[in-house]
This record gives sequence, structure tokens and C-alpha cells, in this order.
Amino acid sequence: MNTLQYDVVVIGGGPAGLAAAVKAKEYGLNVLLLDENEYLGGILPQCIHPGFGIHYFREELTGPEFSHRFVQRVKDLKIDYFVKARVLEIKNYSDLEKIVAFTSPEGAFEVWAKAIIYATGARERHAFEIGIVGDRVAGIYTAGEAQTLMDIYGVMPGKEVVIVGSGDVGLIMARRFALEGAKVKAVIELMPYPGGLARNVMILRDFNIPLYLSHKVVEVRGKKRVEKVKVVKVDENLREIPGTEFWIECDTIIISAGLIPQVKLLTDIGVEIDPATGGPVVNDLLETTVPGIFVAGNSLLINDLVDYVAEQGELAAYGAKLFIENGGIPAEKWIKLEKGNNIRLAVPHYLSGKRDVYIYARVRKPMENVVLNFPEIDRKIRLPVVRPAEMLRIRLRKEEIAKARDKITMEVVQ
Amino acid sequence: MKTKVAIIGAGIVGASIARVLSKYENLEVHLIEKEADVGWGVSKANTALIHGGYDDDPDKYPMRAKLCIRGNRLWHQWVKELEIPHIWNGALIVALKDEDFDELERLLERGQRNGVPEMRIIDREELFHLEPNVNPNALGALWVPIVGQIGPIPAVIAIVENAVANGVKVHLETEVRGIKVENGEVKGIETNNGFIEADIVINAAGLYADEISKMAGIDYFEIHPRKGEYWIFDEGIPGPNHVLFPTPTPISKGVVVTTEISGHLMIGPNAQDLPKDYKDDTSTTREGLEEVWRKAQEIWPNLPPRWKVIRTFAGLRPEPTGGDFIIKAEEEVQGFINVAGIRSPGLTSAPAIGYEVRDIIERDLGIKLKEKEKWNPYRKEITHFFMLQPTQINELVKKNPAYGRIVCRCNKVSEGDVLEAIERMKFIGVKTPSVDSVKFRTKATSGTCQGSFCKVVIINLLAREYGIPPWKVTLKGKGSEIGIGDVKVLLRGEAQ
Repeated sequence: MNTLQYDVVVIGGGPAGLAAAVKAKEYGLNVLLLDENEYLGGILPQCIHPGFGIHYFREELTGPEFSHRFVQRVKDLKIDYFVKARVLEIKNYSDLEKIVAFTSPEGAFEVWAKAIIYATGARERHAFEIGIVGDRVAGIYTAGEAQTLMDIYGVMPGKEVVIVGSGDVGLIMARRFALEGAKVKAVIELMPYPGGLARNVMILRDFNIPLYLSHKVVEVRGKKRVEKVKVVKVDENLREIPGTEFWIECDTIIISAGLIPQVKLLTDIGVEIDPATGGPVVNDLLETTVPGIFVAGNSLLINDLVDYVAEQGELAAYGAKLFIENGGIPAEKWIKLEKGNNIRLAVPHYLSGKRDVYIYARVRKPMENVVLNFPEIDRKIRLPVVRPAEMLRIRLRKEEIAKARDKITMEVVQ
Repeated sequence: MKTKVAIIGAGIVGASIARVLSKYENLEVHLIEKEADVGWGVSKANTALIHGGYDDDPDKYPMRAKLCIRGNRLWHQWVKELEIPHIWNGALIVALKDEDFDELERLLERGQRNGVPEMRIIDREELFHLEPNVNPNALGALWVPIVGQIGPIPAVIAIVENAVANGVKVHLETEVRGIKVENGEVKGIETNNGFIEADIVINAAGLYADEISKMAGIDYFEIHPRKGEYWIFDEGIPGPNHVLFPTPTPISKGVVVTTEISGHLMIGPNAQDLPKDYKDDTSTTREGLEEVWRKAQEIWPNLPPRWKVIRTFAGLRPEPTGGDFIIKAEEEVQGFINVAGIRSPGLTSAPAIGYEVRDIIERDLGIKLKEKEKWNPYRKEITHFFMLQPTQINELVKKNPAYGRIVCRCNKVSEGDVLEAIERMKFIGVKTPSVDSVKFRTKATSGTCQGSFCKVVIINLLAREYGIPPWKVTLKGKGSEIGIGDVKVLLRGEAQ
């Protein structure tokens, strides 16, 4: 067995992991970065559209450009990294020591680390999980899979496309297909409102793509390849309305039905998961319920913007630094962040009052002219609109947080 | 002079016959299959059970009754010689009502007649000891310890690899168009790839066995497709320790609840008779899946939430006229052997069917078979990264770094595993590369994410190893290509 030793192991070389590795190295820590792909950057190298970096770099970049800046920093700082390296297991040896077992073309390794930053991203929900029945034939892809095929490997999946789900990835893929000359026949959305950012919903108008809200794809038919899909309208309780079924002929179905944080390696060692985010329960340093394991990016919660992902990576690196310097995060009387009216998820779950915090949250349903209210600390923020598709990012100052006794509620009120 | 044998159909039955016949020096065996790979018909989608042999009434279905228990016993040897993934965990036929015990007693008697050892009826207490999470209202069960589970397609692949190593020639993507009969004797088969001469033609064509038989002028039976649908759930969801059956009805053995050999909870099948011309309809239906769900819940109330499903699928069973296996040399056409209507328990019976066909060749066709001096009964299983210890990984990686790279993260399948699979596809003559061929050999793409990360990597490995562009790689044979061309093909106006 090959054994290595580092201060911090960063698992995942996407934007969260890259930002974490760079920041940790800048703090003077000895860092190892691991990624399972052939290249660093995670999903970014295949996101060839612009819209990245507006907050973080104050300029608009494409995915590959955003990723390149961080990868360049990794190289400049001479951070050790492995690609094609898959972590098989994390062992929680003690509160001060973790073991990361991974395999790579260089062999199987065990790394002893003081802290771990877990940044493995998310996976896509597939056709079976959303209850689509019928034929299991060629032409059914998740949006990310189609994106990899087109923009990493240069393969055109098909020419008549139906997109299932109006989340950002689905909308962006609708544009990608249209730009390459395919006919995007429909985007089908279960909810009565679109699932993506407003700027991405605009794509549908720009390319004349019909959006069916409150509809769902229930069946796929085809001999060897997709030939048609069956669509049905749903009522306000998402129940199918009999008699509203219709078929759309197509050769390609793109599933964009949501992302799920990949936390298997963490649940294996008993890290507590928040059912609302699908990611770990964390404190305001993004430390999980297992001491010394920090988490950032889409494995923490599904983000809209890569800028926030990088920000979380840097915070996790700061947490790891504090952890290593102090032999653990100092004990606190943690203040719990509670979800009030119309808040579906909110992260971090516990606040110390010792540091300013960004709260990342999502609402359950769209509302207009609302007040985002934190009653215990008397903080009110007026917002013209809140939508489930758009993550709220709210800064709370440590002085405000410290006003609370044991909890802070976040709620949306009219 | 060798006797030329053409076996039509490389499913579990055709493959098993080919393996048995590969033992004989005076036979030249050809295995003919219309699909791009072996085992893609009936063998692909079923409950993957090695049945006990208590279910088949020896008066009504003598062939089934005889071959099932014999097959069960032979599988013990075959899984070891061929390193086929398997588990012998036994079955419980669960009684939920007092009347069910009458049926269990009938099954027990039938099992005794068929020579099934070790079966017994157990009471409630013993049932809950064996299976604590079964329906709390269950009253008892018939316990059949000899039941097992295998991977059906891995089994077909293993058997074919072994048969090829022993000289069998496989003809894939070869569809039979006619059977040449002269003066009442079979002469060979017409295919899309030309004429294949044969002194003996064995019809193991599954759902299409009636059509093949008709080509030889024999049409006393028909095959009807009977659809069965299944749900398979994500890893980590607790399933039963044994194979759980409900007490059967006259039509079906019922919906089975089982933890399949990869550790996933699986439920199914229902039984829906389809019209005769629906032999390629393996679509799932909402009604069918609902029925399976409902019936599975009767014996296993704690089904997971629906979204924990990782796959639903359907398979077809070939139901013959009369219900029993049709295994015989046809007198009107010398040299033509029907092996038709191999419905459940076909997978279990397959090795025994192989020997049955051998006996028919000797007894009814009067060919004296001469054993080869050197026949290799063994076949090595493909490397599975998920079964390796760290020291083994490092040894393998030294030889080939590809073994250190994980391709399928859910099932821990390495690039080395995939490359080995591709080598073995080529060994048995797979000409059209497909993701399914790799999936059935390695388990890649069959985990939690259903291949949304690894399918593209596998496509590129297949493209490289077969020397074709990635878009020509297929999902499951010709017509299921991954793409329509390079990414600019539509803008150039070149796509058809």
C-alpha cells in the first residue's frame, strides 16, 4: 500500500474543490487535490456558454475560462494533484486524523490527512427516478451527459429533441441543440413555473422553443431509438389530468429533472444529511457533523452560480485552516438556523455568532413583493420577487447573529 | 467427417447446448444469433432464479418437472467451473391465509415426486427467524433451501466463452431466413450472412422458435409472449435474505421479492399475455408496474419510496402451446431438433437441456458421440475491480495502469475491467460495439446514476478499441447508435 500524508485532502477538482485547494495552499497548508476525471475543472470544461464569474471575477467568462483561472493557480502554487483518481473510502480514524483511500492509474493509495474538504458535486436524476415508463432505447440522455457528448467529445446525439425539465442545465442544452441545428420540439416542466434562472428562461423565446408548464413526460416509445414521448397535463396538486395526453415525435430526450448531491462517501461514515438539501448538515465553517470534514459546492447544496460554489470552497478551506491550527473547531453554543414560512432549505444549519455568514436558501414557491424576515434578530429585507429557481444569498453580520439566543428563523412574509 | 451442428439462438438454452456439444470431437458446432451479442432475448430480463423444481406438475409438464431439478443440480457445478456470479440462498413460499397451506402441501408433494430434497413447511416462528421483515401477518411458508440466484446474462456470456474456447463458432448478427430441407433431411440454414451447412439444426430460438420451426415445415405449436415487469432499487435498501414467493395461483408463480446477486432489492414479475406478434414489446407499462408494486407489498410491506428505484424493466417469456417444454428430434425432418417453449423454469433447466439434446442426438439421430481428449471445462471470470483487495489493485496497476482508473463510480468498475470486457466481446465475435455488451460483462452503468457519468467514457473506450468514431457506438446493437454524427453534422446538412 502506498501511503501519503497531507494537511488537507480536497476530494473533487471542480470549482468548489479548486477554490478550496488554492485557498488552503495560500493559507500555507500542505494540500492534495483528487479528481476522478481526466482533467481538472469538474463540469466547467463542458459548459462552453458564458455567464460564469460575474460575482467572483467581476467579469463574464465561459466555463472553461473560469476553470482555467483556478487550474492555473493550482499549477502556479504547485499544489499536488491526481486526476483519474477515485476515492473509494474515507476513514474517520480519529477527530484529528482521517484516511482517504483512493485508486488511480498510479496505484491504490492511503492518505493520512488532518482535514478533508469534500467537493464531489452532484449527479443528475435519471429517467427511471422520475417514473418514465416504456422502452429502454437509445436517445435518452441526462442533460449533463448530452453536454459531455457534444462539448467534450464532439458527438451530436440527435436531431429532434424534447427536454424534460426546465432547470438551468436543460435550458442551456435546449440552446446548445438549437445552435447546432437540431429541432428542439418542447421543454416539458412539471411545475407551474420554470425551473431555471430568468436569464436562461429567455433562451426559449430567443429560439422559439415551446415551454409546457404543468406537464409531464410519462412514457417513451421506440424500437431501437426513441420515436415519440407521451406528455400529460397535471393539475395544481401535480396529479395527471385524464384525457390530456398527447404524443410528441422526437429522436432524443434530455432529462433535466434536478441534481442530487453526491454524499455516499460521507453517509458511509455517518455524516448527518439534511433531507431538504440532500447534502450534509454543516456549521458556519461548512464543517459536517464529523469533525475535520468540510464540504462545499453542489455536494453541500445545489447552487445556481459557480461563483457561490467557489466562495463555499474558500470558506471550507478557512474552516480547515482553523481546525488544523486549533486541533479542532472551538466548541460553541451554536445558534440553529430554522426554516420558517416558504423556506424550503437554508444553509449553514448552525451559526456561531463569531463570524459573518452567507446564508444560502431557496423558497418553496414563487412570491412577489415580500419581506425576508429574521424575527429573532430583527432583520428585514424587502425583495420584489422570490422564486424556487433562484437561490437567496444573504449576508448576516456576526453582531446580528449574536443577538439570537438559540435560534434564528428565516421566513418569507408578504 | 464431422457432423455439422447449427444451433439457432445464443440465449441460455442455445449456449448451454453448445457447451455440452463442444465436448465431442466428431461435432462441428455453430451457434447462430440475430442480435449483436449473446443473451439479449428471453435470457436478458427475468427473475434470475435457479428454481427448486417443486412447481412443475409432472403429469401435465413432464419435461419441465424432469429438467428443472436436474438443471438445479448441474448449476452447482457449472457456476464453479465457469465462475458465474451466484448465490444459493433458498426460497420461501409465503402463506398469508390458512387456505394457502393446502397449496403449500400440494407443492411439497409435487416436490417429493420430482425429487426435490430438503423442502419442508415451516411455521410462523421459523419464518420470522429466517425473514424478520416479511409481512407480519404471514402464517408460515414452504422452505426450499436449494433455490439460488445467478446473473442470467453473465451466465450466457460465461457459457459461450467456454464453448468458443472449446471450438464452437459463434455467428452474431446472423438472422435465419430459411431452413434447407431435402428429401426429409435438414441440409443447413439460410441467413442474411449466407448459407450455413448443417447436418443437425437445433432450434433454440426462444420467442421465435415457432417461426423457425415453421421454416422447417413443422408447425404444431405456437409461442406466445408473456410479459413480466420488474422494479429494481438503489443499493442500501434492505431486501429479504431469501427469495420470497407468494403462494402461487394456477397461472403464475407470482410476484417475487428478492435481493438480487448485486445486492439490490428487486420485485417482479407480473404476467401479461400479449398478442402473438408482440414478440419485441419489452416496454414497461404503468399498469403493470403498479400491479407488481401492489403484489410485492403483500409479502414485503416495507417497500422504499418510489424515487429510490434505479431501473424498471420488462422481459418476455416464450409460452408454448400446451405449456411444457418442447424438446425433441422431429421425425418428419431428419436432423431437426426443436428446443422450444423454454419458459420458466428455462434458466434453471438450461444445463439439463444441454444434456437432453446430447442424448437425443445419440439416441434418436443415431450419432455416436466421441469425447474430446482435451476439453476445457473452465472459464475465468472477468476482473472486477470491486472484488479486489488493495494489494491486488497495485499488482494489476503495475501491469496495466487502466486497472487503477475507475470508470463507473457507482459500481466501482475500472477502465481495465472495461478493456477486458471489450477483449472478450471480440473473442466471441461481437462486431458491433455496444454499451450494453460492456454493462452485462462489468456492471458498469447499472448503478445508482444509471451511467450518466460513465456511459460517455465507455463509449469512447469502445470507439477507440473498435476503431470507429464515438457516435457509431451503439447502446444495444445496430439502430441504437449513440449519436447521428459529429457535433456539426446538422449544420453541414449531412444527417439523414
